[in-house]
Amino acid sequence: MSVLLIAEHNNKEVKPFTLNAITAASQIDQDLHVLLIGSKADDVAKSLSEVPLVKKVLHIDHEIYENYIAENYTAAILKHADKYSHIICSANTFGKNLMPRVAALLDISQVSDIIKVISPDTFLRPIYAGNAFATVKSNDERKCVTIRPTSFEAAETTGGSAEIEKIDAADQTENTKFINREEIKSDRPELGTARIVISGGRGLQNGENFKLITDVADKLNAAIGASRAAVDAGYITNEHQVGQTGKVVVPDLYIAVGISGAIQHLAGMKESKVIVAINKDGEAPIFSVADYGLEADLFEALPQFLEELNKLNTIQK
Amino acid sequence: MKILVAVKRVIDYNVQIRVKEDGSGVVTDNVKMSTNPPDDNAIEEAVKIKESGKATEIIAVTVGEEKAQETVRKALAVGADRGIHVKVDGTIEPLAVSKILKKIVEKENPDLVFMGKQAIDDDCNQTGQMLAAHLNWPQATFASKIEVNDKSLKVTREVDEGLETIEVNTPAIITCDLRLNEPRYASLPNIMKAKKKPIEQINASDLGVDTNPRIEHIKIEEPPKRKAGIKVASVEELVQKLKNEAKVI
Repeated sequence: MSVLLIAEHNNKEVKPFTLNAITAASQIDQDLHVLLIGSKADDVAKSLSEVPLVKKVLHIDHEIYENYIAENYTAAILKHADKYSHIICSANTFGKNLMPRVAALLDISQVSDIIKVISPDTFLRPIYAGNAFATVKSNDERKCVTIRPTSFEAAETTGGSAEIEKIDAADQTENTKFINREEIKSDRPELGTARIVISGGRGLQNGENFKLITDVADKLNAAIGASRAAVDAGYITNEHQVGQTGKVVVPDLYIAVGISGAIQHLAGMKESKVIVAINKDGEAPIFSVADYGLEADLFEALPQFLEELNKLNTIQK
Repeated sequence: MKILVAVKRVIDYNVQIRVKEDGSGVVTDNVKMSTNPPDDNAIEEAVKIKESGKATEIIAVTVGEEKAQETVRKALAVGADRGIHVKVDGTIEPLAVSKILKKIVEKENPDLVFMGKQAIDDDCNQTGQMLAAHLNWPQATFASKIEVNDKSLKVTREVDEGLETIEVNTPAIITCDLRLNEPRYASLPNIMKAKKKPIEQINASDLGVDTNPRIEHIKIEEPPKRKAGIKVASVEELVQKLKNEAKVI
């Protein structure tokens, strides 16, 4: 049996987390097929076929898949999933929305958000906001698994030449209609894959003060994150939220500014390689996970930080 | 319009989780339990819709052990009209919960089902989508804004890229984000009144659903600890450490 990975894309490019999921899927079984469901997404099919770990690309091309609707994707997956032992996708909002719908119709108890493949039926996954790790074994004959992308390296994207097979579309749902997507365009690195992330919390006090964060981010070529408190208060938009119910990030450097460090926030960043905390409350829980803690008023520290960075001759990009 | 809201009893979000030494699970004895936070948003949204005159009845349902009833009682105290407690002991996976909820939906015929987008204990994020699949209903997950129309809902969803808006025809399943609304607190008079509201008890076994776990928990362990860090005295020192010691800038 082979494994089937569901690709996330925008009909032009593969989304980066699909590459992390490919790595995980190939650890389950090397006979890895990727299912691409899209509209006029030939470029995506081609780029997936060049990923060396991919053995075959199944391409469904139909205008009903111009926008991602879980109901339509599910029907397409079920039409072609019969011969696969595992159905896999990334555990971001794409896969979280999609996979349970597929799993339920296959009567499979899904394994969500794995961080390690122990064997084809046994996986490690965080529970309780990452405060415990569970080793779980799926006893279903077939498996539905979602992958925490930041726990796996991205697959190489060149050198492969997998076959691309065109396959049929499924029926379209009439009960769900895509209306629009407000994507915030930014030249900054993506939060999920950035090498450096700088995040602000309630300590910023308002949205305008986030400029202090932005200035440092520009200097470091960093992505911008936020605590839930900062998003709830409207300082910054939701796609920046890091934490249990937001995004999980594992950058080389995570700088938490004015964030107290609730366990729900720590769940999204505590695997970062180096953590810096800047907070005026020396007792804030964020210091318990910080490699370097600076007890200071962020309104003084951030401009100074920028000034010090400007003094450096080189900054790694 | 009738709304069914599913709620789950979990360890309170403020509790520091402790893993049992024998690797069998986490400590739940003498630990504060609460309603799963986004389930509170689900109840709140249903109550707001009813207050706006667009819904006539709210039914709160939970699946779990005897004490899970507390979450239904709390839902009744903030505005649900009646409750259903499907009793089942031991671990129950989202797949089985979704099959149980399907039976309840078939019995109650709601126009909408609300629940939180994920439970903060197992962090599975599955039940709503699975229920939608079993019923062949549309799903609108991670909802941060809901506009109720006659035969449909316009739902703004929080996705990785930002916000996405979809329209789903009713009946539909909506899973709620924490930003959907600000859950209210129950007032004392309403808590008293809630004690008189009916909660129907059903045994899961009477519903003909197989609730045996399909996933075996082999071991629950503490995550690896980070090594203790240091406090730096100044911004200059911080930058020097990042440059020369951690070598990340």
